[in-house]
Amino acid sequence: MIDDDFHQDVASTLTLDIRNLHTHFDTRAGTLRAVDGVNLRIKRGEIVGLVGESGSGKSVTGFSVIGLVDPPGRIVGGEVRFQGRNLVGLEEEALRQLRGHDIAMIFQDPMMTLNPVLRISTQMVEAITAHEIVAEDEALERAHDALASVGIPHPEERLRDYPHQFSGGMRQRVAIAIALLHNPALIIADEPTTALDVTIQGQILAVVQRLVAERGTSLLWITHDLSVVAGLAHRVAVMYAGRIVEEGPVDEVLDHPMHPYTAGLIASLPSHNRRGTRLAQIPGMAPPAHDRPTGCSFRPRCARATAECEQDPPATTPAQGRSLRCFNPMPAGSQGGRA
Amino acid sequence: MTAPPAAPPPLLQLEQVSKRFGTRPGLLGRLFGQKDDGVQAVNAVDLTIRTGEVVGLVGESGCGKSTLGRLAAGLLTPTSGRVMWRGLDRDMLDADEARRAKLSVQMIFQDPQSSLNPRMKVAQIVGEAPRVHGLIGPEGFDAYVDAQLSRAGLDPAMKRRYPHQFSGGQRQRIGIARALAVQPDMLVCDESVAALDVSIQAQIINLFLDLRTELNLTCLFISHDLGVVEHVSDRVAIMYLGRIVEEAPAEELFARPNHPYTHALLAEVPRITHRRRHFVPIQGELPSPKHPPAGCHFHPRCIHAELRCKMEAPVLREIAPGHRSACHLNKLD
Repeated sequence: MIDDDFHQDVASTLTLDIRNLHTHFDTRAGTLRAVDGVNLRIKRGEIVGLVGESGSGKSVTGFSVIGLVDPPGRIVGGEVRFQGRNLVGLEEEALRQLRGHDIAMIFQDPMMTLNPVLRISTQMVEAITAHEIVAEDEALERAHDALASVGIPHPEERLRDYPHQFSGGMRQRVAIAIALLHNPALIIADEPTTALDVTIQGQILAVVQRLVAERGTSLLWITHDLSVVAGLAHRVAVMYAGRIVEEGPVDEVLDHPMHPYTAGLIASLPSHNRRGTRLAQIPGMAPPAHDRPTGCSFRPRCARATAECEQDPPATTPAQGRSLRCFNPMPAGSQGGRA
Repeated sequence: MTAPPAAPPPLLQLEQVSKRFGTRPGLLGRLFGQKDDGVQAVNAVDLTIRTGEVVGLVGESGCGKSTLGRLAAGLLTPTSGRVMWRGLDRDMLDADEARRAKLSVQMIFQDPQSSLNPRMKVAQIVGEAPRVHGLIGPEGFDAYVDAQLSRAGLDPAMKRRYPHQFSGGQRQRIGIARALAVQPDMLVCDESVAALDVSIQAQIINLFLDLRTELNLTCLFISHDLGVVEHVSDRVAIMYLGRIVEEAPAEELFARPNHPYTHALLAEVPRITHRRRHFVPIQGELPSPKHPPAGCHFHPRCIHAELRCKMEAPVLREIAPGHRSACHLNKLD
């Protein structure tokens, strides 16, 4: 497996090392294997894009990292190593100290972070004093600087405002400012720009890109949008039906996808097709989590599937720094060809 | 009236159409200092849609693109201006013609979940309107519904199911089948693929392209996704705070954008070919449509803005054949 030939010096630069993570939901429809054996590493200062469609398990993976999976969901196997320490099975109090201090989360809807009935100043001071013993005026000062650093005009006035007085883009900036208050080593961002307009999304991406580079923060950027990942991330992991099917440096994965699913996603983008012509489409739809086919879950939609695909494809390392789960990868040199 | 018969009027023509939500306070209200809190959602828009054409309408939230779509579909009536249907003022048609004109423009919404009645079976959803409007009798009902569902890529065997028993992509297909069941000439697609996953989005766009060819449909395609709009549209109009700021054939617009806002939009679109790019976004937020800036609505965010831009609203002028832009920087006068 991937982990065996793993040197200690690499381990010291790893912020996050997810090993064979399984998160399941026990429901009346049966056990949903939302996360079904995920391996993912993020180095210090690295931005990793986790890409998948709805139901692929990308968000549950993010929630699993900081122990925010609500019942009936639970982590049933694997490890989440954060700076070398396994977080799975950690006491709630220990997790609480990590959350917001060492690992922060940014959600699609900033109102998941913000309390609608408290002033921004109250919430930010609370977020600071929850982890540090600081005088209130010092905490306010830090909140002020944090708002300024994410590009909110007139931070001294805006601190006194309530969340509803901010626009959607500004609210997301506040959520980012709060996430950065304690200079976390890792930020997990779950579709933070999906609900925003294009020009506002550009502004948020610029802020995140600058702050993460300045501070050496590791970032897990969860999204359905390959194009955003292309512009932002160093590495990309493509998730399908609870598993990472392909992972590697952004340039290599997007220019030379090996998994037929990745290749199909890229080929279906309008920019890869001549204007007005039918798009190269992946047939069918993702299987529901309680009723996945045996072996490779992409098998029923895949033009390259063979009898072998009824077995679980193991994770392989087809090239330096890349990982793949596929028996019949795309031929070398194909550029986002048809799946 | 001796118009040459060779040039048929455009299918739909919006002439100086405005829509205002909320009312201006009356005389008494104004005397007592009551504030005018209406929103000018659409502001004197001219837009022509010819038969067989797909017109893309692009803009950010609050720019009035959905309101404009609803005005085009006849779901809203303009506060001022005229909507011409096949060369006739839609408000002046007699009841029977008005009904037919209305039926001829159908809408496909963003969220099929909220635009399909959860208590109706698919067969009823698709078959109700054609039955009510006398397009089919009771005997042909089943065959007609089956044909509509098949055309939208759904298995007619599923017609006894309810909307919640379908996936998002299938629900959007139901929405398309419902719209096409009344045999419209024109569709208004309001963010019809925005809520779908990437792989499903491609399937629905393909269905749309197939049906467009098959049925010679005219379409107003509203979206914030420039990639999708570029792909499906013949012509594209860019909206900003209630006004169309630029309009051109799709290829021309994407190759030679003129308005600074169009430039900014095109620069911000994430593209898979742009790697590790340095984001240099345009500054500022979308102003509230309640209090749009004076002059050119875009001037507070525009790096080229001059004094004139703050005072005077630019009008759409032709800068190249078929290419109109509303920007003072073009120095056309």
